[in-house]
Amino acid sequence: MQQIINFIVRNKNFLLYVLLLIISLVFTVRSHSYHQSRFFNSSNWITGNIYETSHGISSYFGLTKENKRLVEENKMLRDLLFNKKTNTPVELDTANIRYTIVSGKVIKNSYSDPRNYITINIGKKDSVQPDMGVITAKGILGIVENVSNKFATVQSILNENSNINAKIKNTDHFGSLIWDTQQYNTAQLVDIPRLVPLTIGDTIVTGAMSSIFPENIPIGTIKKFNLDTSNSFYYIDVALFNDMTNIKNVYIIDNINRPEILELESNTVTNDQ
Amino acid sequence: MISSSYFINVVRFTLLVLVQVLVFNRLNFFGFINPMVYILFLYWYPIKENRAVFIGLSFLLGFFIDFFSDTMAIHAASTVTIAYLRPAIMRFVFGVNYEFQSFRLGNATRAQQITFLALLIIVHHMVFFALEIFSLANILLILKKVLAIGLSTLVLCLLFSSLFSVRKE
Repeated sequence: MQQIINFIVRNKNFLLYVLLLIISLVFTVRSHSYHQSRFFNSSNWITGNIYETSHGISSYFGLTKENKRLVEENKMLRDLLFNKKTNTPVELDTANIRYTIVSGKVIKNSYSDPRNYITINIGKKDSVQPDMGVITAKGILGIVENVSNKFATVQSILNENSNINAKIKNTDHFGSLIWDTQQYNTAQLVDIPRLVPLTIGDTIVTGAMSSIFPENIPIGTIKKFNLDTSNSFYYIDVALFNDMTNIKNVYIIDNINRPEILELESNTVTNDQ
Repeated sequence: MISSSYFINVVRFTLLVLVQVLVFNRLNFFGFINPMVYILFLYWYPIKENRAVFIGLSFLLGFFIDFFSDTMAIHAASTVTIAYLRPAIMRFVFGVNYEFQSFRLGNATRAQQITFLALLIIVHHMVFFALEIFSLANILLILKKVLAIGLSTLVLCLLFSSLFSVRKE
């Protein structure tokens, strides 16, 4: 016993080091596997408020550009509205609403790591929940991962864990959108079968398989495509519409039917077993 | 005297965390270079303090950076590693005489200071990017990042350390 205590006292620094190293490795490896259980993320109160303060100062510098972008988006939406074939006034029947949208602002963005997260300034208080889709006026951005009262972190599509259902516009050939961690303006679309005719410049949009994003949200255009190692699927480089380095206003999409879809899917799985 | 050294370390800790997350994490020079200047805390920290406290503080420092940058606990792991290895690195750079009472970092030669800082940075970045990328297949990418980011960290840390030089006591 005496010897054990002596050993501990003699090597206390080393033991402390090993202990702390193991703690941090456990946290790191755990969040590699379960993406929902990250304890430390910038959506908490302290970091959120610091980022919000810094954003409050720096956001003044881009106001003109941001206003211009918003006006352009409004113009596009008005175009859509005026050129709709039916000339009935816009109906707002709650039975027809499938998605609700909240808007937020990015207060922290990163795009140079293998796993990038974006922090936004709305949270539980504004009824943001994990697994909601996040988009900008130009296209898809990511999926909400952690939520605190006032803030939320978003797993960006520039994240090696990201995996989003996507398809080629105007067809029903779908695949998964992933990121190979190389370039911040390019993501990869995989699992598109070889028989699909592709051309460089084709538009990629979100698919209908996802319960998170509505169908047909723009993602990017095909920049380059090759067959993958199995020679039966394409490996497609997608040039993203979004400039991931410069994002201010985002929209968070809540699919009202999502709980029902999930419940149904889990019932189906349990019935199968 | 003791309370002022505590005070200086607390201020340093806070300022370095803030500068790191609000300025240097957003630099993205050439798209991926974000220097990690918070390593200066370990460079400046008094030599004769309790080692266990130092290791604990370094862990906390890395942890705060992780909090802000959503990097799980990679910063914490790499910072605590260099905190543990610091005495060994110092013995290597300054020889045995760093253990004497009269030794001060400010009295060492410029070359020694730079070597000390560079070794801290290299070890830190090796651990950091090995954990971040987490695959041996990408060893070239790891080396590229260690080299590019390490160099920028070193330059910035040297600039900072000459701006806020340790007082010759």
